[in-house]
Amino acid sequence: MSRKRPEPVQIVKQRRDDALASLVHGVPYIKWLGIEFDRRGDELTAILPFADKLIGNPFLPAIHGGVTAAFLEVTAIIGLSWAMLWDEIEDGRFDTEALAQGQMPRLPKTIDFTVDYLRSGLPRDAYARAQINRSGRRYASVHVEAWQDNRDRAFAQATGHFLMPDRDR
Amino acid sequence: MTDRHAKMAEQFISNIPHAQALGMKLTAIGQGQATIKMEYNEQFIGDPQTGVIHGGAVSALMDTCCGAAVMSHPSSPGGTATIDLRIDYMRAATPGEAITTTAHCYHITRSVAFVRATATDNDTDRPVATATGAFTVEGRRSK
Repeated sequence: MSRKRPEPVQIVKQRRDDALASLVHGVPYIKWLGIEFDRRGDELTAILPFADKLIGNPFLPAIHGGVTAAFLEVTAIIGLSWAMLWDEIEDGRFDTEALAQGQMPRLPKTIDFTVDYLRSGLPRDAYARAQINRSGRRYASVHVEAWQDNRDRAFAQATGHFLMPDRDR
Repeated sequence: MTDRHAKMAEQFISNIPHAQALGMKLTAIGQGQATIKMEYNEQFIGDPQTGVIHGGAVSALMDTCCGAAVMSHPSSPGGTATIDLRIDYMRAATPGEAITTTAHCYHITRSVAFVRATATDNDTDRPVATATGAFTVEGRRSK
């Protein structure tokens, strides 16, 4: 039986990284906050490097609650978009070139977002991962956790609902 | 002393680095109510296709405004931190327009403050987003 020969690893990695980079770097606000994404296969980890402009309470100092909320929301939207586009990226239908030129695909829209603040955000880097609990044709429910020094001690978590874009083009 | 409260809250809010970075301006404060305006800025765009501001920036505005409302409440001893905040996004804010949020701390106990907030653009009849939150009540005031 002739099975399709696997593509060279570098080509696969390049295609995935290009797609992710154009998705993340195409959004001005994500760039402004300085959020980057680390990829292992299809698993994403969001990274928020600490910066002075992220401070909410200068006396502690602590990361602004709004920054935490934004970081979690960005992680949820990129995570959801990534899962939504994964099949297209894998079979080469996804047009990274067009995306790099600013033609972003329609992204999920936030319906509501609830943030649970567990402890104050310290003045250092933060990480977050999203878990898609349900993703239907129109609606999706996503849970996000953010931590700093210890993965087991989340400093914030959130649940959000999103309206999925029409994908029949 | 309510006036002193408003002053204190005003000073605190205007010294938050992230609020400054987002260009927030406190336009009214006192008696558990606060209004903050955030001008349109291309750096805060969430959808490059349309130029609509990212929900995260709206969240930061809501959070700050709710905190300010708590601090300005006559029964608040001083500081506050967010316990939980829920934001409902009704519609996209019109690109190019400032977003204004008004928050109201409608109930406060010795340890928890309850807040509601609404955000609008120039079309003030149709909210862009609403928020509900619970905040801590911190610090002791020497009478």
